[in-house]
Amino acid sequence: MYLAKIYVTYKPSILDPKGESIKSALHRLAYENVADVTMGKYFELKLTGVDQDDVAAQVKDICDKLLVNVNMETYRFEIEALEAV
Amino acid sequence: MRFAVIVFPGSNCDEDMYHAVVDQLGASAQLLPHTATSLAGFDGVLIPGGFSYGDYLRCGAIARFSPIMPAIIDFANQGGLVLGVCNGFQVLTEAGLLPGALHENTSLEFICKDTQLKITNPNTRFTSAYTTDTITLPIAHGEGNYYCDPDTLAQMQANGQIVFTYTDNPNGSVADIAGITNANGNVLGMMPHPERAVEALLGLTDGLGLFESMAQATKTAL
Repeated sequence: MYLAKIYVTYKPSILDPKGESIKSALHRLAYENVADVTMGKYFELKLTGVDQDDVAAQVKDICDKLLVNVNMETYRFEIEALEAV
Repeated sequence: MRFAVIVFPGSNCDEDMYHAVVDQLGASAQLLPHTATSLAGFDGVLIPGGFSYGDYLRCGAIARFSPIMPAIIDFANQGGLVLGVCNGFQVLTEAGLLPGALHENTSLEFICKDTQLKITNPNTRFTSAYTTDTITLPIAHGEGNYYCDPDTLAQMQANGQIVFTYTDNPNGSVADIAGITNANGNVLGMMPHPERAVEALLGLTDGLGLFESMAQATKTAL
């Protein structure tokens, strides 16, 4: 069993309205040194599989097909092997 | 002219769309559930607004994998007329039938109001019946902020794919875009709601021309 941790954010070229809104709230709280805020999505997937490279290829496929809109979002992921219970 | 109005779990403008083309335009239509797999016998496909699959993940992202979608993609690829309004527009971009993507309005507010639109391409299968270049249609969305990269924008401008623009951009859309077609001109996605502007009793009638244009384009009797 493997655990995939997937991080999705807007591409840098897109103005992220939620990030901007959070940034201005932080500035109002006097954290004026906060220069940029990016808000994204986080997924955890547990997958069965034998080979970690195969699982990684599958996770990439899942991201490109469904979890991520590659027109406006970018992603990275980590995969770790889980101990059998 | 026989329209299919696609009904996803969470669609909420399906009945309005049906009313617009049946009671106001005088065409025939059928509410077609997302579980259907064939569009045989239909001359046009209407993908209505709403919150398909609760807008989970991203607007339109789950609907894009509904059982009906392969038939819609085939229908579009064969030149059939497909209109996606609001959530329908989001479904069409997610499905790759239209370029770009839609995300949160820059104000982060859900905006529900009448907007003035410029018909930037009157020579499409969705706009040919209009005799004016400015119309008013209502919008009602939180995620209507259209994005595409500069290359895609330049391509769409060169091909005349930008059909409607806002005269006063309400949501932050690139190039004031309110509605676009695919390169072939047979698939239109737009955030404003033409189906909510088809009878004087409810205030606006500028949406009717769009459905009339579609009917003329298919050259089928109403």
